[in-house]
Amino acid sequence: MTDSYLAPLWISCKTVLTTTVITFFIGIFVARWMARYSGRGKNLIDGIFILPLVLPPTVVGFGLLLLFGRNGPLGEFFSWFGTTIVFSWPATVITAVIMTFPLMYMSAKAGFEQVDINVENAARTLGAGEWRVFWTVTMPMAWPAVVAATILTFARALGEFGATLILAGNIPGKTTTIPVAIYFAIQAGHNDRALILVAIVLAISFASLAALAYWKRKTPKTAIIKLTE
Amino acid sequence: MNFLRKNSFITLVLTGLLIALLAVAGCGVTSTETATSTTTSTTTTTTQVVAFDLNVSAAASLTDAITEINNLYMSKHTNITVLTNLASSGTLQKQIEQGAPADVFLSAGAKQMQALQDGGLLLDGTRKNLLTNKVVLVAPAGSTLTMADFSGLTGAAVQKIAIGDPESVPAGTYGKQALDQLGIYEQVQSKLILCSDVKQVLSYVEAGNVDAGIVYATDAAISKSVIIVAAAPAEVNNKIIYPVAVIKATKNVDAAKAYIAFLATDEVKAIFEKYGFVFVAG
Repeated sequence: MTDSYLAPLWISCKTVLTTTVITFFIGIFVARWMARYSGRGKNLIDGIFILPLVLPPTVVGFGLLLLFGRNGPLGEFFSWFGTTIVFSWPATVITAVIMTFPLMYMSAKAGFEQVDINVENAARTLGAGEWRVFWTVTMPMAWPAVVAATILTFARALGEFGATLILAGNIPGKTTTIPVAIYFAIQAGHNDRALILVAIVLAISFASLAALAYWKRKTPKTAIIKLTE
Repeated sequence: MNFLRKNSFITLVLTGLLIALLAVAGCGVTSTETATSTTTSTTTTTTQVVAFDLNVSAAASLTDAITEINNLYMSKHTNITVLTNLASSGTLQKQIEQGAPADVFLSAGAKQMQALQDGGLLLDGTRKNLLTNKVVLVAPAGSTLTMADFSGLTGAAVQKIAIGDPESVPAGTYGKQALDQLGIYEQVQSKLILCSDVKQVLSYVEAGNVDAGIVYATDAAISKSVIIVAAAPAEVNNKIIYPVAVIKATKNVDAAKAYIAFLATDEVKAIFEKYGFVFVAG
């Protein structure tokens, strides 16, 4: 079981893909909201969203452990439904989402702030509802920034180690992601195993970066053209 | 106040930093005090006594015992500062192999010590067996778990078992041996959470995030938040050995040898036994 390479690979893939999808949607919605938000405490809210990026991953992991642990507030809440988050696969996703959210948020927000509000307003005067404005005007114009944010999210999720180890633990076949597997392989003196896992991570990273770079080049400029027709 | 409100994020960060600094200052005072007191005393002695550090790498399960013993050693040898490096024996073995400064190695398993011996990293003639321990199964305090021996782990009441990684943590190796001995390893494998050292296993059980954990009897004795549920089979417990040796690359051969000799004195024996370790003859 400990010699399997498929297990950590499969778990990392599941975790990273799930995390990227979740962080993508939560990130763009929150970023869009904050980009146009000018209410009270904007800086404070901004600070809270960026906090997981600034804190050491072990601090975040420890905080989550206290929160979701058997004696923690969220831990007790979930135990009423018969589930425990600590040392389970969902824990890998939760930690990865929290650690990647600041990256998605910051990059996407910068992208949305760059979008010319006059173009959005022009769409509104033509009768487009808020969702339509968002998906057909704002998003295409902020697309490069959103793609960059997604790449960062993917990379960060793939490399997430400290917080994941604390909240999800090392359970081969269930929560052992590739970074955790590499760490324990080194500890056990199985350098060959560690090297093979490293090679797998490099292969995935390069393939994904190449795919996303290709996708980024297809920046839709059609939204602006449609408006001016 | 307008300035503060406008820059509420900066205020928050500065306040946070201030609190953190105060906390660190408050916690860091005791350790720095003892360090300076040992170094200042050397300058007043008239004999040619050189102050130096002795690096002792000790298995995590020895944390409390070795800390007390090292403080005792330092009080008797005011020119020596014993720097204790605590981690799982597997981690310590790796560090020594990669050249980390270590004068003495106290391992919880013979496998790690043997690996260093095979690699020619030990000073010949200094390796000897020092202690033995027992492996037990613990549960969080307040748990209603009962079983005659480890084979009760296959039951539905146990969903998560914390154990040191058998590949690098001796306590985990002994634990796996116990599970193999009882023929239940395959069954419980999916319930195992592998930890990087035995103290981590203990903390998981104390926090109640796992149903049971495999630790040493000495760890269970120190903790107030766990109960012992069962003991490992005698065949496993009888083979547990804590060897000690001087590392060949040491720069303080005499001090290292003297330290190991110190570990065999009656005074130190009493400390080990206080924590539940059993002394081994020879």
